[in-house]
Amino acid sequence: MGGPPAEAVAAAVADAHRHEWGYVLAATVRVTRDIDLAEECVQDAYAKALTRWRSEGLPTRPAAWLTTVARHRALDELRRRSTLERRLPLLVDDDLAPGGGGDRGPGQPDEPGDDRLRLVFTCCHPALAPEAQVALTLRLLCGLTTGEVARAFLVSEPTMAARITRAKKKIAAARIPYRVPAPSELPARIDAVLTVVHLLFTTGHTAPRGPGLVRNDLVERALDLARMLRPLLPDDADVAGLLALILITDSRRATRVGADGRLLLLHEQDRRRWDGAAIAEGLGLVGEALQRRPPGRFALQAAIAAVHAEAPTWEATDWPRIVGLYDQLCATWPSPVVALNRAVAVGMADGPLAGLVELDLLVGEPQLRGYSYLPAARADFLRRLGRLTEAHAAYEEALALTGNEVEREYLAGRLDEIGR
Amino acid sequence: MAQYLVLIYEDEAGFETSGQEVGEQVMAAHTAFGDRNQAAIRGGNALQSVSTATSIRQDSNGNMSVTDGPFAETKEALGGYYIIEAADLDEALEIAKQVPARFGGVEVRPIRVFD
Repeated sequence: MGGPPAEAVAAAVADAHRHEWGYVLAATVRVTRDIDLAEECVQDAYAKALTRWRSEGLPTRPAAWLTTVARHRALDELRRRSTLERRLPLLVDDDLAPGGGGDRGPGQPDEPGDDRLRLVFTCCHPALAPEAQVALTLRLLCGLTTGEVARAFLVSEPTMAARITRAKKKIAAARIPYRVPAPSELPARIDAVLTVVHLLFTTGHTAPRGPGLVRNDLVERALDLARMLRPLLPDDADVAGLLALILITDSRRATRVGADGRLLLLHEQDRRRWDGAAIAEGLGLVGEALQRRPPGRFALQAAIAAVHAEAPTWEATDWPRIVGLYDQLCATWPSPVVALNRAVAVGMADGPLAGLVELDLLVGEPQLRGYSYLPAARADFLRRLGRLTEAHAAYEEALALTGNEVEREYLAGRLDEIGR
Repeated sequence: MAQYLVLIYEDEAGFETSGQEVGEQVMAAHTAFGDRNQAAIRGGNALQSVSTATSIRQDSNGNMSVTDGPFAETKEALGGYYIIEAADLDEALEIAKQVPARFGGVEVRPIRVFD
């Protein structure tokens, strides 16, 4: 065999699976207009790559190679299948729908246009349940198996399989289109897509349950998706803002848990070990995202993360600037969780008493009931004010509300410190 | 093209407690909706109040049991419907958003086609 070694081929196929799955699938769906058939053909193309790249050498453009092979297989299948066998109607795209104005690629199998935007808008259509949107995005854009998606959301594989099947059936039966929305709908629809990516990121950044603080797999998928969207929607400030937010927040990943597995808060983290390249990339994007008036919620959150990233120490953080950014965020995206974060920043800028006053305004807020960060933040300010009995009760309350083991240990440690 | 059933669910109490003027406004709104979407509308009707409904179910012995009232008691009752034709769900939703339903909302259901 004169071809590349098997390990090199396997690595190249794995790399193409990780980075090109969404591109190849989206281009194939365009031919089949049937998601299940497209998935079969793409799976088959990756399997063929393992043997053919060994004998033929690695292609210069793996995505184009895989797309051509998948589309050929799809055309064969379509010829073979009679339309009477179909259980579900075909996806609607611009070719059929009047008024659809997306720019179509040249269309030859060897030069597919980039159809990933269509696919992402179909997966994140508001007519689908939010959990189905996330599951479809992971499966169709990121190429995760149903088992992997199930594990990501800690549900059983049959439950996830049923969820995905039901969503695909609705796409076909209700005719959710395979199309980039019209300009009038675009901002709301982009927001729905970004909400899915953001949910994926936050779920990974602080896992709601389980032993580890961070689910790296989910964080990295969210980062992949944000990076994918960036060139597809280059003029959208919210896309830039979300990518910046993920990059800067995740730059601290290596320092968020101590050697003993303990949760380290911002003021305890070793800032020299933050990922400087990710921060630099994020800062560039924040600047761009903030240029839009008024800045979007992701841009503002990224700007807050950027202030932390640029502070040499916790003490030297520009807290008044952070409070100012939270004020803007409260104005554009009012939510009790944002108000809670703002209250904590007020406490840092103006002292624990000022922070406690702000936090106490939020006690009884229905949306924060069951949210451990409110009693945890109150406990920290109370402790700093020397009101230890009240601090004790607040730590107990926070402990009862969190299921993340690393966070539980942090709170238990604080309780020990002030004496049980 | 596909057909969709747009079911109008509204709180009947909303109509009962408001005067004739509101009733006339709603009628005018439906007329305007019909004029604007003539090309897409394939049918539609208003229903008598849910207090006039009769439900029929088969009981465990196989007998037909006839009872007074709707199939399911809900705050918002089915009060009318349209059948519309649209290229896809986005187009159907655009039309359905214009259906007057000030005391509730609408549900959009694709109509199933058997080959």
